[in-house]
This record gives sequence, structure tokens and C-alpha cells, in this order.
Amino acid sequence: MTTDNTHAAIFVAHGLTKVYRMGEVEVHALRGIDLTLNRGELVVLLGPSGSGKSTLLNILGGLDAPTGGEVRYLDHMLTGASESELTLFRREHVGFVFQFYNLIPSLTARENVAAVTEISTSPMHPEDALGLVGLGNRLDHFPAQLSGGEQQRVAIARAVAKNPAVLLCDEPTGALDSATGVVVLEVLEKVNRELGTLTVLITHNAGIADMADRVIRLSDGQIAEIRANPAKKAARELSW
Amino acid sequence: MKSLDRKLFRDLWHMRGQVLAIAAVIMGGVATMVMSLSTYDSLVTTRDRFYSEYRFAEVFASLKRAPETLAERLAALPGVERLETRVRAGVKLEVEGFDDPITGLLLSLPDVGEARLNGLYIKRGRTVQPWSTDEVVLSDTFADAHGFQPGGTLAAIINGKRKKLTVVGVAVSPEYVYQIAPGAMFPDFKRYGVLWMGRHALAAAYDMEGAFNQVSLTLARDAHEQDVIDRVDVVLATYGGTGAYGRKNQFSNRFLTEELKQLQTMATIFPAIFLGVAAFLLNVVLSRLIALQREQIAILKAFGYSYVAIGAHFVKLVLLMTVLGVAAGVALGAWFGQGLSNVYTETTFRFPCLDYGLNAGVIVVAFGVSALAAVSGTLVSVMRAARLRPAEGMRPEMPEAYRATLIERIGLQRWFAAPTRMILRHIERRPLKSLLTVLGIACACGLMMVGNYQKGAIDFMVDVQFRQASREDLALAFIEPTSGRALHELAALPGVDFVEGFRDVPAILRFGHYHHRAAVFGIQPQGQLHRSLDSKLQPVALQPGGVVLTDHLATNILHVKPGDMLTVEVLEGSRPVRQVPVLGITRQYLGVSAYMQQDSLNALMREGSTVSGAYLAVQPGSEAELYAKLHKRPRVLGMVANAAAIQSFYATIGEFILFYTLVSTLLAGAIGFGVVYNSARITLSERGRELASLRVLGFTRGEIAYILLGELALLTLAAIPIGFLVGVGLVGILVVAFQSELYRLPLVLTPENYAMGASVVIVSALLSGLLLWLRLGRLDLVAVLKTRE
Repeated sequence: MTTDNTHAAIFVAHGLTKVYRMGEVEVHALRGIDLTLNRGELVVLLGPSGSGKSTLLNILGGLDAPTGGEVRYLDHMLTGASESELTLFRREHVGFVFQFYNLIPSLTARENVAAVTEISTSPMHPEDALGLVGLGNRLDHFPAQLSGGEQQRVAIARAVAKNPAVLLCDEPTGALDSATGVVVLEVLEKVNRELGTLTVLITHNAGIADMADRVIRLSDGQIAEIRANPAKKAARELSW
Repeated sequence: MKSLDRKLFRDLWHMRGQVLAIAAVIMGGVATMVMSLSTYDSLVTTRDRFYSEYRFAEVFASLKRAPETLAERLAALPGVERLETRVRAGVKLEVEGFDDPITGLLLSLPDVGEARLNGLYIKRGRTVQPWSTDEVVLSDTFADAHGFQPGGTLAAIINGKRKKLTVVGVAVSPEYVYQIAPGAMFPDFKRYGVLWMGRHALAAAYDMEGAFNQVSLTLARDAHEQDVIDRVDVVLATYGGTGAYGRKNQFSNRFLTEELKQLQTMATIFPAIFLGVAAFLLNVVLSRLIALQREQIAILKAFGYSYVAIGAHFVKLVLLMTVLGVAAGVALGAWFGQGLSNVYTETTFRFPCLDYGLNAGVIVVAFGVSALAAVSGTLVSVMRAARLRPAEGMRPEMPEAYRATLIERIGLQRWFAAPTRMILRHIERRPLKSLLTVLGIACACGLMMVGNYQKGAIDFMVDVQFRQASREDLALAFIEPTSGRALHELAALPGVDFVEGFRDVPAILRFGHYHHRAAVFGIQPQGQLHRSLDSKLQPVALQPGGVVLTDHLATNILHVKPGDMLTVEVLEGSRPVRQVPVLGITRQYLGVSAYMQQDSLNALMREGSTVSGAYLAVQPGSEAELYAKLHKRPRVLGMVANAAAIQSFYATIGEFILFYTLVSTLLAGAIGFGVVYNSARITLSERGRELASLRVLGFTRGEIAYILLGELALLTLAAIPIGFLVGVGLVGILVVAFQSELYRLPLVLTPENYAMGASVVIVSALLSGLLLWLRLGRLDLVAVLKTRE
């Protein structure tokens, strides 16, 4: 699959800055980011700790607001949106996958997914979402009965079940061994391919970058490099 | 300061909301205990000092009349140390501007020098001048009720003769710390007073010159009280003695002792309940709080801290909270205690002054109990956490194992959306924790009911006593037993609707080795005014030939049951001793008595139709005129008007009840809020990450609040009915513990009690819910993605 500029832009960011005030010290997490993310892309955000990648992802996902600059999602301006508008934005358009899965321990796999589909407008069936991540046979298991990789796949199913336009993954393999990590990445790859969901994947693991359409390298709050990756590898070929 | 200690203070500051809520729980328990115990200790100390400094006698005897020379014979009896004779006279009093009947007791003071026994503490003015003829000293309760100052005047009708008296002083006596008119249920300071005047003057007015009708004495060391009483009785038998008695049976002292016993019970039971509940809650709250520190404990272990050091760290943490709560509780309790002691000495007991003191032992016990509860709760959790290997503790906790709840397993799950299932499963996942939370909240509800219980119980007692048992408007006593024909005269008085005569005689009731000094009342078998009630509070007709006993007297004092033969030793007239069958038991909440048909009692006394007094039903509006007429009748000694008695009762104890209810409500409220808030707050800590994740996924604040507050609401609602049961149980304990000869509290809870219990829980829950709602708005959504806990 290729990416080209004919795809509609999903996110457009201009001059994004983010300054945290930690006591008496100002931390410049983002120092002027200009960025466009398109429909159907699989983008890997690469960078060391403190480079600002999580901050960028949080702002894109409506979890945080920039100090300066603006970010647009399709025709919605996210900058300056209210708390409840951002909640609605997350609810309808964004799927999140976290490093530590953040499943609800008191709900089964199916119910964890249903918890999200129950509040979205045109979701898939939870069973279909779990089928997509290869867990069609583990529907009624509670998180405690699932392995780490399986838990993360439930989290991915939960994120995609609402048919989001964008899937934001923050170190999705960070807590997994490499073999399990590959399985999870395969699922992300499949979702991206079959549903055409813009997928943004944060990692500090350069090996994972090979599966991306584009690689954006952040350093010290700025974009150090944006690199298209024409020789995209399948997830199963990756290793680290 | 070691860094671990610095962490301690920062943690405390960080958790300040919860620290305060926990301290409030401890404070509630400790304050109740300090208040009750310090009041009890202070009253006991004050009483003992007053008794010894003012030479309170140890044996008392009343008689009809004996020549003064007999005093020497009495003083020479073995075992008598010091003895004093007196003249005492029941009188009617007239105070200008006050129309209700007032009865009084006039006691003689030596004409020269101080009383050798039962000395007076002169609060204002002075004692009577030697050989004065019209000077009196008033008891302070009566003086205060009428605003008498030295220099004021009043009149007494002594032996039918009116005598004008001048007040020269106001005093308190160890003999009349508690003042109550004979036959009355409650003290009435306006309508009953004790007065002292010179012996010579009183004897002249009462035809007692060169004679006495009352004697008090103290015992020599090693003397046996009962032996002395028996010797005195032998000597006085021919002089109309009505039986000598010890301090135990001295009226004021008996009431004081009973009240103090009640207070001691209260000082034990109430704080035990409050502190026990507080300790339980503390234990629950702290064990959950410490469980949240799992990761920190693991890290400290990884650093190489020993179990002991880690344990000590957390013990210090909770001890600081405990100290805070105990200190606040002691301060508040001492303040309340002073207030309560003052209420006691202003409304019930008269002492020269109150020695309020806080015993250090009380503080030690309060701290000990609180600390034990806190530390045990803490150590259990610390040990559980410390048992983990450090690496395990630092790893994200495995998702807890949940399963479908019973409700879902029986196929009701389609009715519940995911958030509701989360609530149900979370409760069922930790049944013990949920149960403890429910119990904690229930205890707060129960405490509130206990705190509010007394008012309703007293209303009920008064209703039973005055609207069902003693329904007369006026009870009057004759100067001495009189022919039943006197009743016709009374019935003919204007304003009198109905008259019922009664006979009462003092007696010692014996069964086996149990005995009790009480009045035997002869009343009308089908009485309209004075009735005896069965266990269901229905009036029952008295049968001839036997006695009916108050339930408490029969069951707990004499241990008799219907059918047993009781020995009645009458202490009046020819002092007959008779065997009388017990016919039944009557329910009575105030006092203890024995009842017979008047005819049967007359027969037992070998007398014709004789009455000691009468119960009157009076037409409303005609009281003043009737009082004036009765006042003029020389044979009518005392009158007790029921309406006035009830009114004065409420005025007297109203303040006490108000104070006590206010304090218990406040403390139960503090405990209630402490528990509910802590439960909710800890639930938020335990589930903050889960809720923040849901927020990130697009749930609104309202939707996650439903999950958190829904659980709180469910547990709170479940706790209320259990709280009602706890309340009934606690009140039941109180009722049993408070049984005494003076009164027995009925086990009645009014809807108001239940409402108060439920509302403390609901208001606490709403307030906690509001605080949590505000906290949910500050959930850190970003942090939850990165950190584990």
C-alpha cells in the first residue's frame, strides 16, 4: 500500500508549542511543530525520552492543549476547544492504545470493547472487533485470564471498535516481549490496512519504524526529520 | 530529619483530607469517652469531698416524737460515734406572687453553734442567729427558682398555724444534693423547698419543745451499720420510729448514687460503643489506605529497608493521625465534659462548687484504644504488602480476577450496561471489603440513632406514666392516715370532678435473701385515675388479697414471680409483718412500687377504711381556686400537680437532653462523615486509573462519576437498613445497661430516630459525592497513560 498526497489530511498542525511549568522551571516539550497527517497512513513517531512525542500525541488525541500554535482535525479546530468538546472528539473519532493496556479488570474482553461501543455512534460489533485482533475465541475472558499480548489486542479491539478515523498508540509494545510485540504490531498493521484508519504509533524502538509509511523523528521538541519509507516491511518481518 | 520521616510528613500533607476525616472519627469516639468519664469522676470527687467536709451522717431515723433525754441513750449505743437530734416538719409554703401549691420541709438547726452533722454550706447571706424566731435559711434550688435573696420573706403553715419567715441565707446541704418532694417523680424546685430554722423556734411552732422526731448519726470505726440500725430501731420502736436506714437508703444520696451509676454506665457503654465503632472504622479505613501504598513498600524494600523499618514508618504515619484525633477528642471532650458537669450541677445536683478534673488515665485509655485499632489495621496491610518480593510489588499489579456476578449468572445481565456491571462486579469482587464498608456506614447510622434515642424514650415514659398510669391532675397527701370519709369532703369541693383515695405505707419487702425498702400503695381495684398496667401497657384490674409489683422490682431486685409469697414488713403503726402472695407484675418505667387493693392493705394494717391521700381529677380552669381551698385545710399536707410536674421535668432535663443530643449528634455526624468520605476517597484512589482510562476513551465526567458514585450510593443504601438494626441493637444494650430503680428506659424508637440515622448517612454520602465529583474533574488523564498506579 502506498501513501500519496491525494489522501485527505486528517490532522494539520501549525507552530505547535507546549511549555510545562514544573515549579520554577519551564520545560519546552514542543518548540514549533508543523505537521500534516493523512487518512490511511501508518506513521511512526520516533525519538528518545523527553523528545516530545507523547506530548504531541496527547495534543492530537485531545488529552492536552498546546501552549501556542493550532491543530485542526478535519474541519474541527482542536485548539481552544472546551473540555466537553474534546471529550466528544475522543469519543467519536479517536482510538487509543496504551503501553499498559488500561483494560477495565471488572469487565470481560467483550464488555471492555462494548463499554466503548455503547457510547459511540456507528460502532462495529464487539465480537467483530475482537475477531479482527484474533481473539474471537476469548470473548468472555476477564483481563486477569489473558496474557499481556492478548490484553493489548483487546485494547486495540476496543480502540478500533468505534470505527475511529485515527488510532493513537503510545508504546503499544513497550510492556511486551518482542515475539508478542510482533503479534500486536501485526494486528495494528491489519487494522490500518483493512479499515484505512490513520495510525500513529509512538516508539523509541527504531526497528519498528520499518513498518511505517512515514517516519517522523522528534528531537528536543522539534521535528528533526520526516522520512517517507517506500520499502515498507510487514510487521512479521520485524525484529528487535 | 531522616528522609523517611520527611516522606511521612509530606504523605500526611498530601492526604490531609483523609487524615482529617480519620482524625474526626477518632475524635468522635474519644470526645464521648472523655466527656462522660471526666464528668463522672468530677461528680464523684465533688460528692465525696462535700460529704466529708460537711459531715454527712451515715444512719438516719425518723420517729413520731421522743423526749430529748432519749438522745443520750441513743448516743451511748455501741457503734455510734456522733449523733444529733432534730425537729423536722412538713409544711406548706406561701410565696408572694406564686399561686400553685408549694410544700416544704423545715429542719432544725442547733440554736447555738454549727450542726454537728449534715452541715450547711452557706452560699449567700448567713446562717440563723442564735435563738432567732423567724429566720430561715433556704435551699439554693428553691431560692433560685423564686429569686429569693437574703432579706426576702415568705410564710409557712406549720401545724395549721401561719408563720412569717425572713430569709437570711441560701445554702446547700449534703443531705439534699438531690431534692425531690416525697411521692413526686421528678424534682420541682419551684414547688418544693427545704428550709432550716433555729431548733427553739421550730420546736415552739411544731409542739416539739424538749423533744425530737429525727435523728442522724455517724458510725464508730469498725461498727457494723446494720447492727447499729437494729439497735436504734429497738430504742425508737416505742416512740413511733419508722425504721432507721443507712446512707444507701437516704433519699438524696440514693438518687445521687443511682444517677452516678447511670452516668458511669453511660461513661462506659456510650464511649465503648462510640470508640469501638470508631476503632473498627479506623481499622478498615487504614488497612485500605495502606494497601494503596503497595508500590512504595516494594520500593522501600528494594532499597534495603527492613520489614521493621517499613512497618515502623507506616505505624508512625497512622500514630500521627491518631494523636491528632485523640488530642482533638480530649480537648473537645474536656470542653463538653465541663459543659455537661455544669448542666448536672445546675439542673439536678447541688454542690457548693464543682471540682472539674480530667484524669490522666482517661487520656491514656483513649489513646491506647485508638492506637491499638489504628496500628493493628495498619500492620495487617503492611505485612500483606511487605510479603511480596520487591520486583513483584513494583510490577504493574495483575488485573484483578473478576467474574460475572450472581445477578448476571442468573441471566439478568442484559438489563445492565457496562458501567452498571462494573459497579456490581466490583462490589461482588471484594465482598468482605464491601461488607466492611457497609458495616462502617451502618455503624454511623446506628450511633446517630443512639444519640437521638433518649428524647423519644423520655416522651414515651412520660406518656405512659402520666397519661396511662397516673392520670390524676393532683395528688395530695394528708398529714396522717385519715378515714376514707375525708374523700367525700374532697369530692364536694368546687372544681373536683372525681376523687380516688389511696393508702401508702413504707415497708421492707423480703423474698428469700433479697429485700427492698419501698412503698406499698393501696389503690382502687378499678381505678380511673391511678391504674396498674400490664406488659402491653393495658390497664389491669387489681385482685384482692395480694400484691402486684413493678416489673423491675419483681424480676431484678426481689427475684419473685406471680404465685410466690412475699414478706411485707410494714414500718408504720404497729409495724405488722405479713406473708402476702404476689398476684402479678405491672409495667412501670419510673420508680419501683408494690400495689394492693386499698381494702386489702387496710386489712393487712388491721385498720378500717383508711387513706393516706387522694388522687383528684380537676376541672380545667378551677385549679387556682381549688389550690387555695386545699391550702387552708390543715390536714392536707402536700400536693403534687401532674401538669406542673411534667412541665418542670421537661424544664429540668430539657437542657440536659438538648446538650446530650447535640453533642452525640455532632460526634456521630463526625464519625459518619469520616467513614463515608474515606470509603469514597479510597475507592477513588483504587480506581482512579481505571476511571481516567475511561475518560481518555471518551467517557464524560458524568459517566465515570456514575461508576464511582453509583457504588457509593449502592453501599450507602444497603447500609441504611442494616444501620437501623445496629441502632436498635445499640439502643437495646443501652436499655439493659441503664435499668435502675429510678427509671428504666423503654425500647422505643421514633420515626424521627430512624430519619436522623438515615440522614446522617445520606448527607455524608452527598457531601462526599460532591467532593469526589470535584476531584473527578481534576483527574490527570495524561499521567494515567504512562504510570501504572
